[in-house]
Amino acid sequence: MQHYSVTSLVKNAIHHHEKWQKTWRSPELKSSYDVVVVGGGGHGLATAYYLAKEHGITNVAVIEAGWLGGGNTGRNTSVVRSNYLFPESAKLYDFSLKLFEDLGQELNFNVMLRQAGMLILMHGRHDLEIMRRNLNAMHMNGIEAEWIDTNEVAKLARGINLSDEARYPIHGGILQKRGGIARHDGVAWGYARAADRFGVDIIQQCAVTGFDISNGAVRGVQTTRGLVKTNKVAVAVSGHSSVLADMAGFRLPVTSQTLQACVTEPLKPVFDVAVMSPMLGVYISQSDKGEVVIGGGLDNYPSYGQRGNVATLEHTISGVVELFPQLSRVKLMRQWGGVVDIVHDSSPIIGHTPIGGMYINCGFGTGGFKATPVGGWTLAHTIANDTPHELIAAFTLDRFKTGAFIDEMGASGIAH
Amino acid sequence: MKWVLLVLRIKRRKGCEMMQVLCPWCGVRDEDEFTYGGPAHITRPTSGGDAPQQDVSDEKWASYLYEKDNVKGIARERWVHVHGCGQWFNLARDTVSHKIHCVYKMGEPCPVLTPEGDPKNRND
Ligand SMILES: Cc1cc2nc3c(=O)[nH]c(=O)nc-3n(C[C@H](O)[C@H](O)[C@H](O)COP(=O)(O)OP(=O)(O)OC[C@H]3O[C@@H](n4cnc5c(N)ncnc54)[C@H](O)[C@@H]3O)c2cc1C
Ligand SMILES: [Zn+2]
Repeated sequence: MQHYSVTSLVKNAIHHHEKWQKTWRSPELKSSYDVVVVGGGGHGLATAYYLAKEHGITNVAVIEAGWLGGGNTGRNTSVVRSNYLFPESAKLYDFSLKLFEDLGQELNFNVMLRQAGMLILMHGRHDLEIMRRNLNAMHMNGIEAEWIDTNEVAKLARGINLSDEARYPIHGGILQKRGGIARHDGVAWGYARAADRFGVDIIQQCAVTGFDISNGAVRGVQTTRGLVKTNKVAVAVSGHSSVLADMAGFRLPVTSQTLQACVTEPLKPVFDVAVMSPMLGVYISQSDKGEVVIGGGLDNYPSYGQRGNVATLEHTISGVVELFPQLSRVKLMRQWGGVVDIVHDSSPIIGHTPIGGMYINCGFGTGGFKATPVGGWTLAHTIANDTPHELIAAFTLDRFKTGAFIDEMGASGIAH
Repeated sequence: MKWVLLVLRIKRRKGCEMMQVLCPWCGVRDEDEFTYGGPAHITRPTSGGDAPQQDVSDEKWASYLYEKDNVKGIARERWVHVHGCGQWFNLARDTVSHKIHCVYKMGEPCPVLTPEGDPKNRND
């Protein structure tokens, strides 16, 4: 596998860029593996990569029904941050952000991380109270974030409507400077390439259709290309988790819903920071290409349709135009939806399942892109050692029986 | 109300249409008049006979409260016409195509559906 560097760029320029190697192989599916990862999104690919790199388990296949990153990994609005409320979440997401900070080097692939900050807007007295509390919690958890006033908001989010006449006037906000955005498919491709380098087989256009289970333990995976023998399976299929669980004969506390996003035509650079308004139910950033990337809340009923409805889009757009009135005349270029896995307490489920040898990563719902590195890191550890990694000890399926929820809904209250 | 224009522009786009829901009392209305109220036909667990509810196991409570079938395909759901008559009702809806196959009253069993999802014999 070719290393990407200035030298390789120069060498390839001499050959008119016609001799670049394929980024990863497209091998045949073998009849057995030590570990089969179901789902070639960021979390599945990261799991395979860390299994190989950190635990020396390289006889691994990643089986993807469509194409790499074609699920939510390639559909998200790519915000990364770690400003969560509870200590368990703060630790998890901050570890992820730290892995993100070195990811380009680690994978030898540019994931275009831009830590220009994540700004949460404060619109009134009620926001003020809850956000001061959240900020204190962040500080207690060792997450750096600061309170900023309207002058600083004006500097960071140029063009934002700071008028007193606004329907929900802005009075300040919380800034996490290490927050920002990264290139979502870059993350999937980077992990895929790096995992492939260790010998992981990446199999696209192959769907898992069932599991071979005997005596409560997994023995194999049925796919559209035949049976694969394995004693360890990692399921990382986000919105399709219930479908896979059903194949294995158990149920999950997950509801699949649509989360949609849209982008405008590209504009000159206006602001670097990612801005979220919990009050208006929107968040917005500007991509490196100049498009304004817009996200909002969930479509409020179950769906596997991978497309959004107008009612939610209307709500989201009205919020954006409230924040940036000058965008009202800008055209939308694309709008799309992803099937996200919503869990009662807005926290992920990572670790063991009721089936022996079967592990799951799901429930990240509207906010799992930022957790791609840590999701892979912790699941790989859990599989290799058959015990939960300490960072995810609180995020097991069991919490639905014990009631030990980690309710992050209040902290975010919005998709992100 | 500048955003109205923007939204109207979006609405005209193909493949991005409102789901239409048939309220048994008011007729067909746009989806934004309704709210989804969870899966239908979920029964509260008992520990059998007259045994007190606190004897129901944590597993059973967890399953009742949080676990979902979350089917990809035709699901039985409860909806309420919240910005209309305020009535609750059930429907069988395809979670992929969003097609609503039948609407029936609360407390009624779901009509038997053909594999395509059409009601076989209405349960009136
Ligand atoms: C519009 C939108 C905006 C979002 N914004 C953000 C954000 O700003 N920040 C953030 O942190 N998170 C965000 N998220 C959430 C984030 O995208 C997800 O939590 C994350 O990408 C999940 O990654 P994954 O690898 O688990 O799943 P996915 O990327 O969905 O990958 C799962 C894969 O499994 C495959 N699969 C399914 N069934 C099978 C089968 N039977 N056999 C084989 N393969 C199968 C699918 O094809 C898919 O490729 C957003 C999501 C959406 C939809
Ligand atoms: Zn009605």
